[in-house]
Amino acid sequence: MSIDLSQFIPTFLEESFEGIELMEASLLTLEQGDAETINAIFRAAHSVKGGAGTFGFNHVTEFTHLVETLLDEMRDGRRDISQKDIEILLNAVDCMRILIEAIRDESTYDESKIAATSKLLAATLNDRSPSDERIDEDIHESSIENLSEEAATTDLEPGLQRWSISFIPEHHLVQTGNDPLLLLNALRELGEMSVLANCNSIPSLTEFDGTELYISWNIILLTAVGKEDIAEVFEWVEDDCQLIISKDEQIDKQSLEITEMTNNVLSESVKEAESPASKIVENTGAENPKVASHAQAHKPKVESSSIRVGVDKVDSLINLVGELVITQSMLSELGNDFDTSKVERLNAGLEQLLQNTKELQESVMRIRMLPISFAFNRFPRLIHDLSKKMDKEIELLISGEQTELDKSVMEQIGDPLVHLVRNAVDHGIEATDVRVANGKPEKGTVSLDAYHQGGSIVIEIKDDGGGIDREAVLAKAKERGLIDESSSLNDAQVYDLLFEPGFSTAKEVSDISGRGVGMDVVKRNIQSLGGRIQIESELGLGSTFKVFLPLTLAILDGQLIKVGREVYIIPLITIVESLQTQESLINRTSGGMVLYRLREDNVPVIPIYKLFNIPAENKEIKNSLLVVVEADGQKVGLMVDDLLAQQQVVVKSLNDNYQQVEGISGATILGDGSVAMILDVPSMITMALKVAKTQQETHIMTEEAMH
Amino acid sequence: MEQEKEYLTFILNGEEFGVDILCVQELRVWSAVTQLPNKPEYIKGVINLRGVIIPIIDLRQRFGLTPLDYNEQTVTIILRSADTTKPMVVGIVVDAVSEVYKFALSSIRKPPAFGQKIDSCFLEGLASVDNKLIILLNSLSLLDQNELYQVDSAIHNNAVPV
Repeated sequence: MSIDLSQFIPTFLEESFEGIELMEASLLTLEQGDAETINAIFRAAHSVKGGAGTFGFNHVTEFTHLVETLLDEMRDGRRDISQKDIEILLNAVDCMRILIEAIRDESTYDESKIAATSKLLAATLNDRSPSDERIDEDIHESSIENLSEEAATTDLEPGLQRWSISFIPEHHLVQTGNDPLLLLNALRELGEMSVLANCNSIPSLTEFDGTELYISWNIILLTAVGKEDIAEVFEWVEDDCQLIISKDEQIDKQSLEITEMTNNVLSESVKEAESPASKIVENTGAENPKVASHAQAHKPKVESSSIRVGVDKVDSLINLVGELVITQSMLSELGNDFDTSKVERLNAGLEQLLQNTKELQESVMRIRMLPISFAFNRFPRLIHDLSKKMDKEIELLISGEQTELDKSVMEQIGDPLVHLVRNAVDHGIEATDVRVANGKPEKGTVSLDAYHQGGSIVIEIKDDGGGIDREAVLAKAKERGLIDESSSLNDAQVYDLLFEPGFSTAKEVSDISGRGVGMDVVKRNIQSLGGRIQIESELGLGSTFKVFLPLTLAILDGQLIKVGREVYIIPLITIVESLQTQESLINRTSGGMVLYRLREDNVPVIPIYKLFNIPAENKEIKNSLLVVVEADGQKVGLMVDDLLAQQQVVVKSLNDNYQQVEGISGATILGDGSVAMILDVPSMITMALKVAKTQQETHIMTEEAMH
Repeated sequence: MEQEKEYLTFILNGEEFGVDILCVQELRVWSAVTQLPNKPEYIKGVINLRGVIIPIIDLRQRFGLTPLDYNEQTVTIILRSADTTKPMVVGIVVDAVSEVYKFALSSIRKPPAFGQKIDSCFLEGLASVDNKLIILLNSLSLLDQNELYQVDSAIHNNAVPV
């Protein structure tokens, strides 16, 4: 009986990513002698390796094995945990992620990076006794060279390959009942072999333990068999040794030369004779890179489509569904022979049904909620890398990571947050000498916090850096002509200028930030999630960026309005106020645009019936109902027939079976089962502007025609 | 054994059309729709089908014919694409539902290339039953957003004299 393993691959991938994340997080907090953390990292690496082996992803297994060996040495205390090793391990974790991502996307990956890192790992593993490594290594290397030269001089029979095998057993190998001698003999059967024993690690007699193995071997094997067959010899000791099997490079060089020669010959023949065969060669040569780049370009961005849910959440759901079933059966029993005397019981039943439905809805929504630590956990690494790169000492404080956020919001907030944190490190925190001169602690602090406030989630990114220089921002804005020389702005308005496209006060552009690209994108991304961003800052003391996000995208507080026969929903968050128009405040401009004077502002009026080409009861602006909404800092008045109730609505996508409709962000189902459209205010404003523009143009054209 | 395919047929302006029965999810009577703003005439709007929002297309108008008035007898055929990777559900309004026929694949003839009042991309073939000719529609293109929602303007303009 065979089991189709491929069905488990998604689980393997998910677990591997989790493992990799855990490794990364733990490595960053790893300290000397912290046995528990290093065990956790080791276990994570081991399960990735095990999983990869099961599914036959041998390149992952091989690479992870190196990582695991290094970790094992640290775990056993045979190796000190140095900062350098941690950097290498972090690098290796990145490589593991690349490998696993390549499996997930079924794409190719940058092999050179993986190769470089595995070399680095192998090199780290080799210098086990740092004290006298130099001399030993010299001897060691020269003898290896001699060995390989010797081997290289012998003529190669066709079909034979030269393998270089580095076999470094763990000290306890013999205790597991394995005999290296048997292994070497088994290898000898595969072909011609020369062996060099490395005795560097044999300790002095006082430390010598007779039950441990201190020798490692370098083997050059001339054989016709493949890598798998060689690896098979070591199958039983795979976990207890460090094994590198590689094709001898000299051979590779030779074969490369040969291919180069053949290529030259081929291209010459192409030039000389236009034979069909040579054409084919040319074609395949030209085609291949194209295919490769094609594959690269089409790498799909896979959004994770499954979520892990706590059993308690599922249990509560099952409970609630049970309740619902009970209520339903009670109601249907009641309906079987209903008379007026039972109205009270019916009402009680309906009340219960309402309660059940509400609870069920809340529980289901909770399933989509994930702790924000999913978004936060990438920051320790980011800060670690940034502080190294910029030579600033930075401490990251994270709090409120258990605050729950809708999964889809979480997926989209990651990048804007990264941008804000980068900004805080780059522009916020000053260079160390400046900090000391200003009497601040050398170490800068960046703190991330998340908490609930009202109906939204607030994410705070706070730094104790230099703060925002109000005057510098103002000067820059004036220089760029964003504001008038004379205008006086309050702090919030000044900080808002930072979100203007291309705005940057950084004197130097670094490769981390400062190009002024990005803050406007950050703001747009946050707005597209229905959120907003706010800056607080004090010069010399630091700045705080506050991101306000809605709890979920799936449910929205809406104001129901009516135009003609249709009911529409305006998201409550966009509504500034609703009012009845007074004639004296209506101004008409040329081109048919109507402005309504609202205290200091002139708000353009958009009659929905006109915008959507639908019938309406009221087409007169005078004494009509106006819902003033705001989006992207622009206020407009939407003219409606009637204001109905306010209620929470479940957002449904129109895209599933149809396509995006201009001015509409989605749809929902009302209590009577009918569908109502949810208005997309920013898109409506764009639509209205477009209409106004064309109207103005036709207006001008008709005027010209009249003259 | 000869391969067969079942088709549900419906009447549109006196002609009998057939769609692959595996794409038919259900039949419904006409129910009130919610209009979509600024959309072509043939898109009547959307309805709520047990929590899923699906668009309703008037096939007469889509094919450039004059629409009938809707009443309790008006039938909507809910089609669902058989392609599970890109599920799409759409309702089409037709004059009446007729029969279910089984056709051997070999008996389905290729459609003539030109001279049709309907976009030829929807045509799959022709089959005859009892001296009737049934126009078989291609469910793949009928359930393809690009094909369904983009009217070939040349055909459309010819069909509807202004």
